Amino acid sequence: MTHGEVGTTALWVMLLLGAYHGINPAMGWLFAVALGMQQEKASAVARSLVPIAIGHALAIGGVVLAAAFLGTALPPGAIRYPVAAVLIGLGTYCLMRHRHPRWVRMRVGFRDLTAWSFLMASSHGAGLMVLPVLLGSGAVEAADHMAGHNHTSAPASPLVGLLATGVHTIAFTGIVTLVM
Amino acid sequence: MALMRPDPTFYPSPGMAMQAPAEQLAYVTLLNAGGNGKKDAMGVVDVAPGSPEYGRLVGHVEFPHGDNELHHFGWNACSACLCPQAPHAHMERRYLIVPGIGSSRIHILDAKASPRQPKIVKVIEPEEFIRKTGYTSPHTIHCGPDGVYGSALGSAGGDGPGGIFLMTADTFELKGQWERDRGPQHLAYDFWWHLGHDTMVTSEWGTPNMVKDGVNAELLLGGKYGHKLHVWDLDTRRHLQELDLGAEQQMVLELRPAHDPKKAYGFVGVVVSLKDLSSSIWMWSREDGGQRKNGKWAVRKVAEIPAEPADPAQLPPLLQGFKAVPPLVTDINLSLDDRFLYVSCWGTGEFIQYDVSDPAHPKKTGSVHLGGIVRRAAHPTKPRQALNGGPQMVEISRDGKRAYFTNSLYTPWDEQFYPDGVKSWMVKIDAHATGGMKIDERFFVEFDGLRAHQVRLEGGDASSDSYCYSEAQ
Repeated sequence: MTHGEVGTTALWVMLLLGAYHGINPAMGWLFAVALGMQQEKASAVARSLVPIAIGHALAIGGVVLAAAFLGTALPPGAIRYPVAAVLIGLGTYCLMRHRHPRWVRMRVGFRDLTAWSFLMASSHGAGLMVLPVLLGSGAVEAADHMAGHNHTSAPASPLVGLLATGVHTIAFTGIVTLVM
Repeated sequence: MALMRPDPTFYPSPGMAMQAPAEQLAYVTLLNAGGNGKKDAMGVVDVAPGSPEYGRLVGHVEFPHGDNELHHFGWNACSACLCPQAPHAHMERRYLIVPGIGSSRIHILDAKASPRQPKIVKVIEPEEFIRKTGYTSPHTIHCGPDGVYGSALGSAGGDGPGGIFLMTADTFELKGQWERDRGPQHLAYDFWWHLGHDTMVTSEWGTPNMVKDGVNAELLLGGKYGHKLHVWDLDTRRHLQELDLGAEQQMVLELRPAHDPKKAYGFVGVVVSLKDLSSSIWMWSREDGGQRKNGKWAVRKVAEIPAEPADPAQLPPLLQGFKAVPPLVTDINLSLDDRFLYVSCWGTGEFIQYDVSDPAHPKKTGSVHLGGIVRRAAHPTKPRQALNGGPQMVEISRDGKRAYFTNSLYTPWDEQFYPDGVKSWMVKIDAHATGGMKIDERFFVEFDGLRAHQVRLEGGDASSDSYCYSEAQ
């Protein structure tokens, strides 16, 4: 496995995480359903899907790409441990006190909803949550070993980051659609 | 600590909230009526019909001070936490936030561990309230989708402008003034919103300096008390529109927007018309039923309650020259299905139920009398005991089957209309599903020396929660 690649297991995990984010009502399906009820139009539900997916992809992609670019310059450990610390810290903080981005508006257009989805995903640490997968989680390493590779996996390249984001978003959108 | 499951008292839609179990307890603010040496308190009344203590005061939480003039308190969190744009499903309906317009103090009570004897967990002193908000006389509290909102009657000096302030729902930190652009708004009183239309509506009474020494006849006859509604963008916090009911419509108080977030109308009560001392109910609504995003709002009178002729000898000095009792509509409340509007006439002692299925044409479907400036109608439990005060702060159960009300208005004004001193009581009304109502003979709470004001029901009521979802079709 060359530097910057990511195992199929990691892609499966990305898919699962996408589904997991999709099923979370705070990530969009609930808003889409409410908009449909408010406007009494099923089409309003479907229309909301696109900006919600784009906003989510931007939140994931932004973090993944940032890590990927950092990974080209820094050793994996220098990213992994801070990411782990931030993720655990955020999780603990959210358990104790869960703050939200202030968002009051219910009548949202395409741009509003994209921004909303980006904000909600970012503030819940959606991007951070997928980083361990790409930064060489146990799953990735195991897959590597099984495939006969013998090295510590490095952060994904930007291109792989995009692929991972795409896979995540497809699963996210699929589950959101199912729930709606 | 966050809840792992949504608070069972949060409901997505008003229709689902109507299916909630009946309330077991009612919270009621108890005011020391000035100079009697007593302290203010939060009373807890048992409202479970099967309980041996039904209709009795079972809890009494004494506040550190008196003379707070406790008014319209509310919960820290409610069904608005389920709103899809900012779901806070882990929040808890746990704390009562109790503002005092007399002291500018805010008390926070935790009702979780012992609902019958809540604990005061925080007191925001007036200095802090004024420093952080620039306002005085906090009046009404509502839980919103993103935190606690409150209205305040005046600026730091006791004049205007009054307005809205924000507070966090879990740590009760004041976040300052809400308005970004208040436009022409100066007077303040009540506020509420149409969450589905990103719209806030505010009403007008008077500044603290205009009300604290009683009704000022000069201001009143000059049409100087509030007579307008203000419409705001709830999100950008900008003033959008002023709706003037006319200067003769003095004191535009309680706002009851339709609970269904799809509907773009609501009701407001006017205390007194300078023309004929009548009270009235007005309906505000958005053109096209609110379908257009930037549609304008309008307001019109939908019901009028006339003054009743009276012998001047039976009237307090303030009213003797008019030879009539004004109805003085001081509170209204709307059932969760937006079907019945309850109206308190504090002057005549009448409590009216209107069917507002057609909101522009309310139909009177029920009426009971208790107290009243002239009538002094008795409660069926004690038919020989003349009551003073009149129906005032009213609260409706979530299922719409019961209404509770108390009889005091505002200490400095109580003395002008009931100079013999308001003796406070709380009663309960049973409402029929198709209209009509009856006084519950088993429920008559009298408060010794303290005056009951706002009532809140355990788990939420018809003016505590806002909803973001209409009923599924």
